[in-house]
Amino acid sequence: MNAPFREEGPQGPAERAEASEYNFAYLDEQTKRMIRRAILKGLAIPGYQVPFASREMPMPYGWGTGGVQVSASVLTPDDMLKVIDQGADDTTNAVSIRTFFERTAGVETTTQTSDATIIQTRHRIPEAPLTEGQILVYQVPIPEPLRFLEPRESETRKMHSLEEYGLMHVKLYEDISRHGHIATSYAYPVRVEGRYVMDPSPIPKFDNPKLGDMPAIQLFGAGREQRIYALPPYTQVVSLDFEDHPFEPSKADHCCGLCGSAESYLDEVIVDDSGGRMFVCSDTDYCEARRAAGHKGAFAA
Amino acid sequence: MTPLLSVSGVSKRYGPHIGCADVSFDLYPGEVMGIVGESGSGKSTLLNCLAGHLPPDAGRVVFDTRSEGPKDTVTMSEPERRMLGRTDWAFVHQHARDGLRMGVSAGGNVGERLMAVGARHYGDIRGKATDWLERVEIDAARVDDRPTTFSGGMQQRLQIARNLVTGPRLVFMDEPTGGLDVSVQARLLDLLRGLVRDMGLAAIIVTHDLAVVRLLADRLMVMKDGHVVETGLTDQVLDDPQHAYSQLLVSSVLQV
Repeated sequence: MNAPFREEGPQGPAERAEASEYNFAYLDEQTKRMIRRAILKGLAIPGYQVPFASREMPMPYGWGTGGVQVSASVLTPDDMLKVIDQGADDTTNAVSIRTFFERTAGVETTTQTSDATIIQTRHRIPEAPLTEGQILVYQVPIPEPLRFLEPRESETRKMHSLEEYGLMHVKLYEDISRHGHIATSYAYPVRVEGRYVMDPSPIPKFDNPKLGDMPAIQLFGAGREQRIYALPPYTQVVSLDFEDHPFEPSKADHCCGLCGSAESYLDEVIVDDSGGRMFVCSDTDYCEARRAAGHKGAFAA
Repeated sequence: MTPLLSVSGVSKRYGPHIGCADVSFDLYPGEVMGIVGESGSGKSTLLNCLAGHLPPDAGRVVFDTRSEGPKDTVTMSEPERRMLGRTDWAFVHQHARDGLRMGVSAGGNVGERLMAVGARHYGDIRGKATDWLERVEIDAARVDDRPTTFSGGMQQRLQIARNLVTGPRLVFMDEPTGGLDVSVQARLLDLLRGLVRDMGLAAIIVTHDLAVVRLLADRLMVMKDGHVVETGLTDQVLDDPQHAYSQLLVSSVLQV
């Protein structure tokens, strides 16, 4: 039953020898089965948090142990993997997880959103629209949207099962009363198919509208909290709001300094000691593709 | 006239110990009933059984619901019971901290029940919250302050506002004046009496303070060791107690 690591691979013989010490994609087959069951259940009940027996992974909690386990369970040898961290392909978290799967699964990796079949992400949805057949795997730190208002797990489970979601609006009420508007800018709670309230992981609320009606499968894995939840393709996802304070996706009011895009979500980068700063796309692949196509921003050399 | 709450044979045991045994009474709309007794006499157990916080071992608690008429709250489904708990029922805890969300502003605390029953208009919720703060004599300017910055009496009044905002018909109160100094107690009682009369609330008040029931309650039930030993009109029980324990209770009140 334990499939041996496949013989043919894109890498050289040395790496292949190292990789063969592992079962395909690090986890043993029974664990992957268990996680796939949780994923299937999650897909059957969109937005419902399915408990699963999270394993110790060779990385600290908070570095994406949940996402890695979900990715490992859905990976096949033919998949093309992309890993992003806050939109970028070249940050520590993304690089280390990508290398992890290169070594333990020997799958091909890419930085191009359109080429990837599985995209593991931390805190962003890629700018390029995803298509059917792709899987987006989110790393989730705290899956329970009600947690900061109701610390008891027994109580939050009951609130989910009885659809008692008034408390979620208390959080938004507090935002407005303190700041004059809904100041929650990431991990913005959503309601899935009119049923479960879900934490979309700490993606900026700019990305919230992309959650709904997405052709790709979206899987959420929380390793420390041992929860998996999922959104099947074309699921209705609505961001919570008040009638007189409607939901508004927000981003920095600038254009990308490198590629000039006015549509993408931007990171602010401090460039010198005298307060100089620039805004750049947080999605590096999107930015590079635009620059390659000849677009130029104000800071582009 | 159908009673708002009809209790028959409610018993609750904690292992070999009796919490409360075979309690029965009817409560009519607009009526205020006091339950008095010493610590450990089972009054809080009884109240929690009636309010659905504890499942009784035996007995029926029939509540006259708005939509479906009299219904046993012990056997009704949990969602229904919890719905009652945030619409037609209110529960005022002895310690305001148990009944309030201390990390949420006063306005949010009052608005929570409104949002729980589907209010989704910020302006309306805030307007109602402000209105209710004024009704319980809290300065409307403090609507955005957290209850941690409030005094004990204010917290208790905030808890009452939070409970009454959805216009319940039955209020359970567990020692509502416990831990407050006498002048604050007096104000709170005055406020409660006004609200109960204005809104036509039925209430069940558990207390060991006879002055509280003298002021608020129409009827009185005296409990001892889990059993009801005497019931009657408040003045009748307090002025002419029949049972030995009631006599002891009444005579133990300090005369100043």
